[in-house]
Amino acid sequence: MTAISDRTAANSTSINGAAAKHRPGALASSGSPLVRPPAAAHLTDEQVAEMGRELDAIRDDILAKRGASDAAYIRRVIKVQRGLEISGRAALLMGRNKAAWVTGTTLLSLAKILENMEIGHNILHGQWDWMRDPDIHSTTWEWDFVTPARSWQHTHNDLHHRWTNVVGRDNDVGYNLLRMDDEQPWKPHNLGNPLYNAILAPIFEWGIAIYDLELVEYQEGKKSKEAMKRDLKALGRKVVTQFTKDYAATPAVAMLTGSGKQALYGTLTANAVRNVWAHAVIFCGHFPEGADTFTEEMVEGETRGDWYVRQMIGSANISGSKFMHLMTGNLSHQIEHHLFPDLPSNRYGEVAPKVQEICKRYGLPYTTGPIWKQVGSSWAKVFKLALPGKKS
Amino acid sequence: MIRLRKLARAASVLTTPLAPEDVLALFNPVFSARQLRGVVTRVVPETADSATIHFRPGRGWKAHKAGQWARIGVELDGVRHWRSYSLSAPAGQDPAITVSDVGAVSGVLVRQTKPGDVLFLAPPQGDFVLPEHPRPLLMLTAGSGITPVMSMVRTLVPHRPDADVVLIHSARTPQDSIFHEELSELADQFPNFRVTHWYTGERGRLDFGSTAQLEELCPDWRQRAAYACGPEGFLDDAEALWSSEAAAHEKAAPGPFAADPISLIIERFNTSLVGGAGHDGGLVTFEASDREVEADGGTPLLDVGEDAGVLMPSGCRMGICHSCLLPLRSGQVRDLRTGEVHGEPGQLIQTCVSAAAGPVNLDI
Repeated sequence: MTAISDRTAANSTSINGAAAKHRPGALASSGSPLVRPPAAAHLTDEQVAEMGRELDAIRDDILAKRGASDAAYIRRVIKVQRGLEISGRAALLMGRNKAAWVTGTTLLSLAKILENMEIGHNILHGQWDWMRDPDIHSTTWEWDFVTPARSWQHTHNDLHHRWTNVVGRDNDVGYNLLRMDDEQPWKPHNLGNPLYNAILAPIFEWGIAIYDLELVEYQEGKKSKEAMKRDLKALGRKVVTQFTKDYAATPAVAMLTGSGKQALYGTLTANAVRNVWAHAVIFCGHFPEGADTFTEEMVEGETRGDWYVRQMIGSANISGSKFMHLMTGNLSHQIEHHLFPDLPSNRYGEVAPKVQEICKRYGLPYTTGPIWKQVGSSWAKVFKLALPGKKS
Repeated sequence: MIRLRKLARAASVLTTPLAPEDVLALFNPVFSARQLRGVVTRVVPETADSATIHFRPGRGWKAHKAGQWARIGVELDGVRHWRSYSLSAPAGQDPAITVSDVGAVSGVLVRQTKPGDVLFLAPPQGDFVLPEHPRPLLMLTAGSGITPVMSMVRTLVPHRPDADVVLIHSARTPQDSIFHEELSELADQFPNFRVTHWYTGERGRLDFGSTAQLEELCPDWRQRAAYACGPEGFLDDAEALWSSEAAAHEKAAPGPFAADPISLIIERFNTSLVGGAGHDGGLVTFEASDREVEADGGTPLLDVGEDAGVLMPSGCRMGICHSCLLPLRSGQVRDLRTGEVHGEPGQLIQTCVSAAAGPVNLDI
């Protein structure tokens, strides 16, 4: 009577079809949104529903296959990451030697990128919860990133993934800092768009930490004082431990070999490298040309099929090698990740051609491109939207 | 130990958000205080369908008393499953479990376990243990019910010259009888240990309907502290016999004068399947909130809880964000997306896309 052997065929009814009443945020079981996004305006309700069923089938197919090899994959990545982290830090302890410094900083940068992207982000999504391993679980994992895992899960998993690219509901559209959509009214301070973004990149983790506090919601009275206090406390603790590890403890140990200063520069560099990389990858997810944003009318009355549509036309992929996919935490498969946020990341690659085929068949855009092009495209938007004006 | 803990705390400054043991686990998997693990040292086949698995537990394990059981976690196709098994090794020795192949998890344990494998463990527990003060004992076992009693026999018989134990063990055939040889050897060696092998294939089930058979096999059974372990029906019958005998005894000699009252201690193996699995809907109990609601098989448990006024954690309401996870205490749930019915005690379930499949108890 194991969970695996008892799988029955997918039932295709909407997930809340039998729910007694409509709750805020729950998807409609049939019908269509008030306005269907322009890129999908040619589709009928039936077509959208049928497409939704096809995507559900893709998900079910992976769930049926998911097993020991996937579990071995994430454990291997974790092992490699920890190996890189230890050797990187160890090399930095002898950072006076130039070769040791370069090696240490490189390994530590790689370790931090892997830790945040392929491991942390994906575990915190619950992609590995099915293993029932308490050490690799969305409710217990904490990551090497300033913002506490729980705060991030709320703004990211719940708000961003539920309301992807809906201006006014998904604050990831510009993170309350940048003007990233022409629907956002222009204000004089938006002239600083490129400058803010350039400053944000190397300190990205701090930007996210502040963003996750939801200061705007607090000011508007949507977030309680107790919740704010709790979040501040959690962040404070995390800041202290993170800061101590990289900027006090590691340099202090390195002082034994007279490499204190060099070790400090090493950890600073590794964090900056990771921040710049994470910033670049994440900006490629929804900001390049071709990834759409949405209005509130487009989500009112949305069904599961329409939700799928929005995920696909609101996200953008990055094309590249296996290594590139790994280093982006498979966020290079942003479209697939947004369709199926809790499927294990190692499976997105095999899902991608099927999703692309569906997009083609239904006449929907599937945005993808090499990283330099996608980064360039999102930076172009940062510059363009610094200036007033509607349609770009 | 305390110094170790201090050292670990100091080292964690460098490993945060991980603990030092997470890093050490790279070298040895049992270095984890958060998750207790054991390394399999030896696997001994007992009968065609059973095997004894010896393991060396990591830090955090507490030595077991004879007769106790432990929860053992095994990975099947990447998914952790937990089952309870009696420990068959004597107290004071490294633990071992004796497993009969009766299901998916026990099948893997019996057929595929090899030395060097890692098992997940929970510390031993249970009250099915030897009496504090020496007393003559009667052990009634059937099938794999011998396992906890074997631990008691191994602990007591070779080490206590004053031990006085009668064991009546039921098995279908001599080939099916676990520990058959060792029990016979012990009985030969220690005259105060008497074993009766009762083969149900030849003689039918041991009859607890009257005291006649018991009387014949162990005439002084009323003077002995009795222990029973075996299948449900076996235990029910034994329990009925003992309680009627105790009532008769009370009638004949009322009052607190009986020196050693008639007693039977029983160990029930968990009945693994909760009633109602596969059915739709059922009574949902929110344990800590002390609420009970009848739910149908199509309404997410999240909605059921909210309608009942339980403060349910929630997020996306569509099964993607995992903000609504709650531990299942018992029962089974149906995944509304796939129709799959699943659930084991302690498993975290997504309440926004899970409905009751039979009675469900949630830890909130």
